[in-house]
Order: sequence, then C-alpha cells, then structure tokens
Amino acid sequence: MPLQQTMRYESERDRAFADWVESITGGENVKGCIQCGLCSATCPLSIYMDYTPRRLVNLARAGFKDEVLSSFTIWLCASCYACRAECPKQIKVTDIMYALKRRAIREGSYPRRFPIPILAKEFSRMIRGFGRTPETFLVADLFLRTNWLRFLDMIGLGLNLLRTGRMSFVPESIQGRDQLRRILDSVDGESAKEERAVKEAA
Amino acid sequence: MNYLYYPGCSLKGTGRAYDESLKAVCRALGITLSEVPDWNCCGATAYMSVEETRAHALAARNLSLADAAAADKGLKRDIIAPCSACYLVLAKTLHALDEQIETRVLVERALKAGGLDMPKAGLQVRHPLDVLVNDVGLAAISAKVKSPLKGLKLAPYYGCQLVRPYAAFDDQAHPVTMDRLMAASGAECVDFPLKTRCCGGSLTGTVPDAGLRLAYIILKEAKKRGAHAVVTVCPLCQFNLDGYQDKIAAEFEEVAMPVLYFTQVLGLALGLSERELGIQRGIVPAEPALAGRR
Amino acid sequence: MKSASNGSGPKIGFYICHCGTNIAGTIDVEAVREHAAKLPGVAVSKGYKYMCSDPGQEMIAQDIRAQGLERLVVAACSPNLHEETFRKAAAKGGLNPFFFQMVNIREHASWVHEDKAAATQKAEDQVRAAIHRVRFHKALEKKRVPVHPDVMVVGGGIAGIHAALTAANAGKKVILVEREATIGGHMALFDKTFPTLDCSACILTPKMSAVKGHPNITLWAYSEVTKVEGYVGNFKVTVKRKPRYVKEDLCVGCDACIDACVFKEAKFPDEFNQGLSKRKPVYLSFPQATPKVVTIDPKTCIQLKTGKCKMTCAAACDRKAIDFGQKEESKEVPVGAIILTTGFDAFDPKRHEYYGYGRYPNVYSALEVERLVNASGPTGGDVVLRDGRRPEAIGIIHCVGSRDEHTNKWCSRVCCMYSLKLAHLLKERTGAQVYNFYIDMRTPGKTFEEFYDRLLKEGVQFVRGRVAEVNDWAMTREEEGRLVIRVEDTLAGFVRRIPVDMVVLSQGLEARKDALDVRRIFNIGCGSDGFFQERHPKLAPVSTFADGIFIAGACQGPKDIPDTVAQAGAAAAEALALVDAGHVEMEPNTSRVVEEECSGCKSCVPLCPYSAITFDEAKKKASINEILCKGCGVCAAACPSGSIRQNLFEDDEIFGEIEGVLS
Repeated sequence: MPLQQTMRYESERDRAFADWVESITGGENVKGCIQCGLCSATCPLSIYMDYTPRRLVNLARAGFKDEVLSSFTIWLCASCYACRAECPKQIKVTDIMYALKRRAIREGSYPRRFPIPILAKEFSRMIRGFGRTPETFLVADLFLRTNWLRFLDMIGLGLNLLRTGRMSFVPESIQGRDQLRRILDSVDGESAKEERAVKEAA
Repeated sequence: MNYLYYPGCSLKGTGRAYDESLKAVCRALGITLSEVPDWNCCGATAYMSVEETRAHALAARNLSLADAAAADKGLKRDIIAPCSACYLVLAKTLHALDEQIETRVLVERALKAGGLDMPKAGLQVRHPLDVLVNDVGLAAISAKVKSPLKGLKLAPYYGCQLVRPYAAFDDQAHPVTMDRLMAASGAECVDFPLKTRCCGGSLTGTVPDAGLRLAYIILKEAKKRGAHAVVTVCPLCQFNLDGYQDKIAAEFEEVAMPVLYFTQVLGLALGLSERELGIQRGIVPAEPALAGRR
Repeated sequence: MKSASNGSGPKIGFYICHCGTNIAGTIDVEAVREHAAKLPGVAVSKGYKYMCSDPGQEMIAQDIRAQGLERLVVAACSPNLHEETFRKAAAKGGLNPFFFQMVNIREHASWVHEDKAAATQKAEDQVRAAIHRVRFHKALEKKRVPVHPDVMVVGGGIAGIHAALTAANAGKKVILVEREATIGGHMALFDKTFPTLDCSACILTPKMSAVKGHPNITLWAYSEVTKVEGYVGNFKVTVKRKPRYVKEDLCVGCDACIDACVFKEAKFPDEFNQGLSKRKPVYLSFPQATPKVVTIDPKTCIQLKTGKCKMTCAAACDRKAIDFGQKEESKEVPVGAIILTTGFDAFDPKRHEYYGYGRYPNVYSALEVERLVNASGPTGGDVVLRDGRRPEAIGIIHCVGSRDEHTNKWCSRVCCMYSLKLAHLLKERTGAQVYNFYIDMRTPGKTFEEFYDRLLKEGVQFVRGRVAEVNDWAMTREEEGRLVIRVEDTLAGFVRRIPVDMVVLSQGLEARKDALDVRRIFNIGCGSDGFFQERHPKLAPVSTFADGIFIAGACQGPKDIPDTVAQAGAAAAEALALVDAGHVEMEPNTSRVVEEECSGCKSCVPLCPYSAITFDEAKKKASINEILCKGCGVCAAACPSGSIRQNLFEDDEIFGEIEGVLS
C-alpha cells in the first residue's frame, strides 16, 4: 500500500468556505460545536459514513472544503433530524447537511457513480416537468441510469407492487405545470443565489 | 369537521392503502377531507438537496393553493398531510416563511409570478394522528369502536420526520399518541424502543446496504418483542419495512412481519372491511395476523 | 496650572486621571484639563498619571488646604472603584467628603470609544456637568447605626455547618436554620470524597455534632425562613418551625417508636437513600442525624392522616416525646448578618429521556450510586442491581444536565471528579469493567489530575464522547439482556455500542427549585442560571447586593467541598467583620419628606421597594425611615407635590448638571 500523508498545511484551509458554512441556513451555531459526538452517536447512518457528522462539522467550520464536499457523509444523511433534536449546542446539523449537498451538486464535487446526488437531481427535474413524482417510475429510471444490475435486482419488488396495485407506470402530472415553472424559475437557483450573495457582500 | 387534505405523491402510488384507509376512517368519524386542488409534489428530501429557496417556493405553492381553497369554501385552515415527509416539508416551509425574511420575500415574489398569494398566518399543517387524537378525541373514537382488535400486539413505529423537529403534539424521542390510539382500537402496543429510529428513508432504494439494515433492525426488534405487526404513520416507512422483506430475509433473517398503517388498524376497529382499508395491499400479508382478532 | 476663580461661587478643584493609558490613550487629557480650567469657579485644574495613588490623593488634600478649595471634582474611573478613595482625600484636606463629585471618563468614555476627538469632547461634556453640579452640593454626614451581634446561617449543609462553627468559635451567637429534619446536606449522602477518598461521614459527622454541642449555636432544623425585614446590621427574621410531632427536647433518637409503629414493615421510599430503601412514617434519616430526633411524616402517618391509629409509637416512648398535637410555630429573631448556604439540587436525569432513567431499572442517578456504595447505605455498600444481579460492566455517563442548551448550559464542575471517584469505588467493589463517557475531562484542582492518572492506571476505560442513548435492543449475543450505550468514540472517530449491566448518570448541579422564592425573601439577586448572584465575581465573591447578606457554597454556583468550605469561612469572616464593627455607616443619599409640603396623598408609600416609607396617621404626612432608605429615588420622582427631596439628587444639583452638559 502506498503511504499517504495526512498532515494538512494551514494554506490548505479554505477560509471563505468556512465563512460560507457559518452563513448558511442552520450554520449559525456551528462555531459553538464542542465536538461531543452526540450527533454521530444518535445518527443511524453514521456507521457507514467516511466522516462521522461530528468530524464533518469540524472539517466544514475549519474550511477543509474538498474533504467535506466530496464526502459520502452528506449523501448518507437521510434527514431524520435525530442529531438536530438532541445536539446540546443546538446546531442544526441536518440543515447543514442539506446546504453541503447543494454546494456539492453546484460544484459537481460529489462522489462519482454514487446514486443519491443523481437521484436528487433527477427528482427535481421531474417535479419541474410534471409537478408530481411517481416513486416507482423514479427508482426504475435511476437504476437504469446508474446500475443495470440493480435494476434487475429490483424486478421482484416491482412485481410485488404490481400484484398489490401499488405500482404506477405513467407519471401523474398537475394542471398548473406552467404556473409551477413560472414560480420555480422566478427564484434564483443555487449558483445565481451564490453570485448574488457574493455581490452583496462586496 | 372539515379539513384540507394534502395526500402527497406516495398516497397515490405505493401508499394507496394509506389514502384508502384514511378516507374510510374519516368517513366513519364524520370528518370531511377536501383535497387541495392541483397540489404538487412537496419536494421531499431530494429537492432541498438541490435547491433551497426553490424548494420553499415549491412547497409554498401547495400552501397557497390550500389557503385559497380554505377561503373559498370557508374551511378550517388546517391541512392534513398524512405522509411524514410531506408533513415535515410543508411545516419547514411554513417555519421558513415565518422566520427567514429573505425567504419570505423571494417566495412571495415567486408565488406572484405564478399568480398566487402568500399563505396567510394561521395556516397549519397537521398530521392525521394529531387530528384524530387531539381534535376528534379518544373518547369519541372509543365510542365508535365496534370490533376492538382483541389480542393484537403491535409495534408502534413513528419514524423520524413526523416527530422531528416540528411536531409539537408529542415527544420527539418517545411519542405516545399512536400508542393511545391503538389502545383505543383494542390493540396492545409492545414496548418499542425503536419508535422514532429512521427506517432508512430514500436510502433503502438507493444505498440498499445501509437502508436494509435499518429496516431489518426495526422489524427484528418488533418480532422479538412479540408484535404481530408493525404499525406506521408514513408511506415511506411502510414501503421500506414491507417491501424489502424478501431481501432482508436473504441478507439477514426471515422476519415475516406485516406492516400496517395506523388508519388501517383503527378502521378495522371501527368495523370497516379489510377491502375498504386496503389490507390486501400489503406485500407481507397481514390477514393471518388479523384473523380472528375482531 | 492655576487659573483665577472667576464668579462668586465656591472655589472648585478639578483633577483628571490618566489611568496610565486607560484614559490618556483615548482622551486628550491635557485638553480636558485646560477646558476645565476655564470654567467658572475652577481654581485648580490638574492632571496626574494615577490619581488614586498616594501622591495623587496627597496632591488633592494639600491643594484643599493650601488653596482653600471648597469643592472637588475628579475625572477618573467608575465611582464603584474609587469614589470612597477621593472622599477620603477630601476629608483629609479638611473638606466635607460630599462636596465632591466623581466623573467616570473611563468606563463611560475612553473604554467605549475609539475616536479620540469625540471621546475627548464627551469627557469635556461630562466634566462640565460635574463642575456645574458640584457647586450645589451640601455638606452631609454618614449615619452610624448600631449592629446586632448575632448571625443567622440558612442551610445546614457543609457550608452552613462550617460558617456557623466559624462564627460561633469567634464568640458570636449563631442561629442555624435547616429545612430538612437533619443537618448534613448532600455531603452526608456520600461514602468517600474525591480525590483523597477519605470517608465523608468521618470528616462530616464530628462537625455536625460540634454544631449540636456548641454553646453559641442554636440549631433549628426542620425549619424555614419565611420573612426578612430590616436592614444591614438589624434584620428581623421570621422562621417557620415545622412540626415533627416529636418534642425535640425529650427525644433521644432511641428508635423505640420506630420499632413500635403499626407499620410492621417499612414501606415508604426513604428520601435519604434516594428511594433505594424504605422507611416508616416515623423515621430517623440516618444514624448520625443531627439533631438526633425522630420525625413523623404527616403524609404517611395514619394518625396524622385519619386520626384513627392505635398510636403504638407514642405508647412505646418512655420519655413521652411524641406529640401529635404539635403545631407549626413562627419565631421572630433579630440578627445583624445573614449567611445563605442553601446548596444545590441535583439535575433530575428523567429530563434526558434518551438515557432511560426511570424506564430501565439498572440506570441509576449518581446520587443513588453514592448511597449504593455507601457502607451505611441500603445495601451496606454491596453493589447489587435493582434486579438482584451484580454488574460485570458499568458505564458512567458524564455531563447529564450539564453543557447542554436544552437543560443547563454550564459545566457543573464536580462531575468529572465524582465520576472518577465512583468509577474507582465501583471497580473496587465489583471488579466490573468500568467505562467513563466524557466530553472533556476537567480535573483542575489540587491533586485532581493525579487522581485521574491513578484511575487510568487502574484500568478504567475512558471514551471521549457524549452518549446518545441507552437502549435495550441487542444486535449481538453479548448485548442480549443488557443495556447498550451508543456513543461516538470521538478520539477513534467511529461509533461504538457498548453493552453494560449498570448505567450511572452523572447529574449536574443546578440552583434549588425554590431559589427564586428564597431570593425574594432575602432581596438578593440570581443569575440567569438561577444561582445566587455575588456582588463581584472576583473581589466580592461571598457578598451580595443586599448589605449584610452573604452567600457561600453551591447556592452561588456549582463547587466542590474544599471550595465550599473556603467560601463558608470567607462568608463567616465577612459577617464577623460586620457585626464586630459594632456599627455600620449608611450612605447619606437618602430621601426625606418636607412635611409642610406633603399633601398626604400616600402615593409614595407602596412604591418604596424597601418599605422605608410609612404614613403618619396622626400628622397625615408620609415619613421616611432613613435607615431603611437605599436612595433609589423612586419616591422623590413620583411625589406629585415635589415634597420628597433626595440628598445628592436635589433639583438644583440635577439642573446644574443638565445646564453644565448643555452649556
């Protein structure tokens, strides 16, 4: 195994990223984190994460941007809010995870061939198109895009849903599709929002 | 009693039985549900992972439509959202519109672009569990119970997004509202410490290694504690716990645990038929567990 | 440096302090001095590096004598710090000390501004106001009031015991009031004390009996203070003495009544043992209870509840000490000083749902474990769980109700150390594997770190992480039937599940539930955390804003036994200094009623927060007790006829000040 250097130089910290973390929705108390690890311990998914939520918070507030945005951790967060409910310093960890996901998508720095960011993007694309999301359709679409084998694996479940009358094939859609598009398009997307924030700060 | 009704996407698909049983129970208890006209997807957890303000605008369209419908028909301004994800997302946007000035201004502008008004203060998102126990009341429900589910042992499973972080009607770690409602239905709730532990959410579909284990832990613990079925309040929880049991059997062990909606159990106690309540829609059949219980 | 006094007013001396660079760094001191020199009446205007120093004070005194100064203004720091210093300097020069006005150009100007020109301008405005005002000052005298020599101590834990003994040993009569049936407080519950592991009872009980036997101490246990009137040196305290239904002077604590009680078995939770054992309605808290007198609990005693008991207890008492007709008594006592040592409440671990206290029988509070390991506790020191098993693995969870914004924000200071102590005792008694789950290990006391080192070497496991939950759902065979602690090992960077048989919750310390009521009775302050507020965090740590009332021990904030005892000694010394002086001097900034102008409307009477105003029904005039008056000025401001005047805040003085600042 090749040796890997884990030391970090101070110049590797992205201070602007650290400032940004503090400015996001839910990031207001992040400086007050005492690294107690309650979030990690209460998280049902931390056991799969490359960085536990506690470590991720610490890396994020210190400005280790690459580690944070390319981590699996943020994509493994299932938004169960257990960490937020119990954090002794009332840090809104779940909201921080959301903001980091958005940033990772915007910067394209999420882990490759990992289905969740792709699903999230696909999901929002579908909503914009139809106004609703037939989950089975979505899951099938996802696996077709990311992993053919997985699609085959899911056929059993599909048949079960079909048998019990729970499968829908065509995406349902709403009447006000144009209206919804007007609503969504009149709001700045993440990158435009960021540009505006930078402009305002300057 | 009149309420606005926001079923959400799942209740039109995999969660069909929830929609059917909720409506049947409401009919039996004299509650009228008026579906929010032309509602759109709440955005669930995915949309917020991509866009923040747009996610609020997306949810706000529903709130706006609901508010307008309430004004139009003179209804109570409470939206019943049975899906925990919808419940959380709509509540989160209501909170954001109230607490974050910038979000409010941007969302107001967006709704205007769609020809819609901002929802007015006082609009509430409610879960049917809250409405049944706190508005209808256990006494009124008990009075209508015709066939109590004698001897049925249930593991009450609330999942995460209903109780955290917004629900004020119950404790975030150890809720009891459903336990009380099930008791009123004649069923018995086992002591279930995993009540509010995450079922895996959307991860069960996307990262099955992680998701299946979470679902397995909940199911095996329910079995160990002597439950005949798990009872849920959320279509995604029901889907995760019910739909993947063959995979769980392959990877961990066979649990064979039916997963019901609380509205199905209540409906049975109110004397409604299994068919009306969509009991047959369970992938793991619940009929054997229910046989002879009422 | 001198300027001629122009105008006919009194000759004023003005002095400005540089306070090193504290003032001179932001304010152009020389400009202010020059500005003052030109003001009417100013005969002397001088600056000095440190006015409060001996040479500074001497300069003032000499100028008063040499120049015949009639008024003095010093622009320096806060009057809280040095008003008294300059008053003394004035007196030394032969000037009435109240012909002096202090200007705070440090806290009010130099420290809070950065713009030098603006800060200088502000200082000049302040100085002008004072120079205009001081012309109207009148000569005043401080009142001397005699002090009652007795001291009251409220709360009979180790702090109260030590304070009472210290004052009593100095020859003062002390009344020690304790709410519970016995003195001893929390310390009486402990088996060992950290870090020396000396036996708590062995060091506490001799002090308890010293209290009982001390000729200068009157011990009123099972009693509560209900009212405090009066003022520093002359308090009148009302104490409620709750009925024990036992005559204290006759009972010798022999247990005969307890044995004879109609309840053959003890069946009520024993508060002293934290509910881990049972007692009867008639009980003695513990063998060394002081006073050693039994108490009958009216909530469980059949005779007291229904009046229909055979009263076998009374029959068994050959000293006829049992008296079911006993009534609550109210006593009024005069004292000169009061020391509050009311202690703390342990955090109720039920408030942390996720640790399962109250749901899982083998989850214990630290106080319960203190009793469990205690040789005189419910099991004689044998650590047996509620389900009868002996623990093979024990988890001690730190910071339960500490460092948590949902409950208490503060660090409770003693929990790390008592958790180490319990870890040692539990390991010694059971041989179990013991884990400590901590966020930060805090051992800043004499030989505390050495104790931590000893525990590390004894093989106690330390996991850095705040435990998220204690649960009973097993994932592995070794977890079956046990409690599982889920925690992130933050130093390792992953989550661990650790099965144990016993969980100990290290409860934090918080203010007493009724601290706010007690605060009102004694008219002292509380911080946002509910603990009693000291007058100054560094320089007056056992004084309060109510003169003559002192605080010590954990009622002021979480602290361990040595710190508590040190504070108790300090509070006793402060109280002694007060009562030994024989008299107190009262500030003369009091209000008075000009009788001929008073309309008798009574509007001032209910406004006075110190109950200093009474209404003379014969004369139909309000009257102010100068001794009770604290000079808050509410009455003077409210009086519709303007007939109440306040020394140092007379109309001409205030108007002069306003004129000065605006001129």
